[in-house]
Amino acid sequence: MSGPRIVYNEGYLDEQTKRVVRRALLKGVAIPGFQVPFASREVPMPRGWGTGGVQLTASVIGPADTLKVIDQGADDTTNAVSIRAFFEKVAGADSTTRTDHATIIQTRHRIPETPLTENQIVVYQVPIPEPLRFLEPRETETRRLHALEEYGLMYVKLYEDIAKYGHIAKTYDYPVLVNGRYVMAPSPIPSFDNPKMHQSPALQLFGAGREKRIYAIPPYTDVESLGFEDFPFEPQSFDQSCEICESTEVYLDEVLIDDQGGVMFVCSDTDHCERTLTTRDHDHITEVNA
Amino acid sequence: MNNETPLLSVTGASHRYGERYGCRGVSFDLWPGEVLAVVGESGSGKSTLLGMLAQRLALDEGSIRYRTARQTSASGEGGASEDLLDLSTLSEREVRRLWRTDWGFVHQNAADGLRMHVSAGGNVGEPLMANGWRHFGQIRAEAEEWLRRVEIPTDRTDDAPTLFSGGMRQRVQVARNLVFGPRLVFMDEPTSGLDVSVQARLLDLIRSLVSELGLAVVIVTHDLAVARLISHRTLVMKDGAVIESGLTDRVLDDPQAAYTQLLVSSILQG
Repeated sequence: MSGPRIVYNEGYLDEQTKRVVRRALLKGVAIPGFQVPFASREVPMPRGWGTGGVQLTASVIGPADTLKVIDQGADDTTNAVSIRAFFEKVAGADSTTRTDHATIIQTRHRIPETPLTENQIVVYQVPIPEPLRFLEPRETETRRLHALEEYGLMYVKLYEDIAKYGHIAKTYDYPVLVNGRYVMAPSPIPSFDNPKMHQSPALQLFGAGREKRIYAIPPYTDVESLGFEDFPFEPQSFDQSCEICESTEVYLDEVLIDDQGGVMFVCSDTDHCERTLTTRDHDHITEVNA
Repeated sequence: MNNETPLLSVTGASHRYGERYGCRGVSFDLWPGEVLAVVGESGSGKSTLLGMLAQRLALDEGSIRYRTARQTSASGEGGASEDLLDLSTLSEREVRRLWRTDWGFVHQNAADGLRMHVSAGGNVGEPLMANGWRHFGQIRAEAEEWLRRVEIPTDRTDDAPTLFSGGMRQRVQVARNLVFGPRLVFMDEPTSGLDVSVQARLLDLIRSLVSELGLAVVIVTHDLAVARLISHRTLVMKDGAVIESGLTDRVLDDPQAAYTQLLVSSILQG
């Protein structure tokens, strides 16, 4: 028994909804870092699985676009694969795993290692858009703090880290000051990726579906990670290189490889890892893998 | 310290709860460095008055004026002269600036005035960070200095107030409210949750800090001994109105109003 054939509107969302989201996006781009409320719609996935990102992508994607979806840097996780397949079906868009071929990159938890370009849009999936949320639970109050530019509270969090651990211990969702005005949560990307947001040539869009907020960073905008004068922001760094492709200066995942406590460090960005491998001497690769 | 204009000038201030007045027609002036006690029984409108002064309750009648410089984006810092400005004409931004730089508020319950899960050092440092301090070493040094002044041992700097006794919490709260150098501090029954010996020590501390820093203080209390110990002038309130005011010693030693006489005579004289 085959089900009835359903024809979805291009990009799944109806035109009116896409218009709502685009209006919010325009406002977000006009006020970098400001959280614009929007009427978050249902999409065929649970809240918290990237519904904000999916709605943004649905509103900006067209048949001429090429979509890449990454989940913690990987193109091959269930979530990434099914979002890609979803947009192939409902938007008629091409999809790719190559960062340099993509025009839209929807991401959870990472910014690709390959430098972004002016032709690209990065769509971030955001769980908690409010950087002050865990310090000040009242939404009315946090909005007021943003409006009046009172960000002392944010520094209390950093102060506490230094007092307790001797350094700023926050390593993901590290708060940033956008365009010298709004403090913004960059979504749970590692602090390693924070410097990539600064003066990025790509348009960066942030969608929080459950929290019903959209915000954006236009291309070539200042994004400064917060810190104290004597304890400035320091991105995470790694001593070793990727054990598959030997890249250095990349974000590494620690992967358990046996039950004896053995681990290996590999690129979190699978696309970057594969391409580095293929461009390298083939003999050498077999040697490493042996 | 004293000059021609008062720091705070209140005229005919009233606040209504529905049809009923919580506080009606209160007028007084407060000069820099002066400690004003507001005493009265429970329900007499003391806290309502404080709430109005602190902009937490709406001012339904009358006016509250405060001596400050209006900050406009056009005129630079420092150049502006100070005037008595009606608080109702100030924008929310300006009022919040006053809270950051000029006013402190010591709550009766320390949990209302502190972030209970942030370390004592962080609590005292927060107003500094809100005022734009961005050097960890300096913030910490200043916080430690203030914790020392309120007699919190240095090795407790990184403990959260949840781990502190009631008296220590209250002292941390005092430090948090004085660290940024305010000119005016509101205190709502700062000692009433504490046992008598701790009360005495805290009052002693408040008194010495107030005279050292030349602060103006409005302190609300139902305890005449507190008024006697730290205030210069006293307002006696009953049923939402001020029934007697004057120098503290005069009010307490030679009460004129019948209610004040009753209040004073209700205390065991030593």
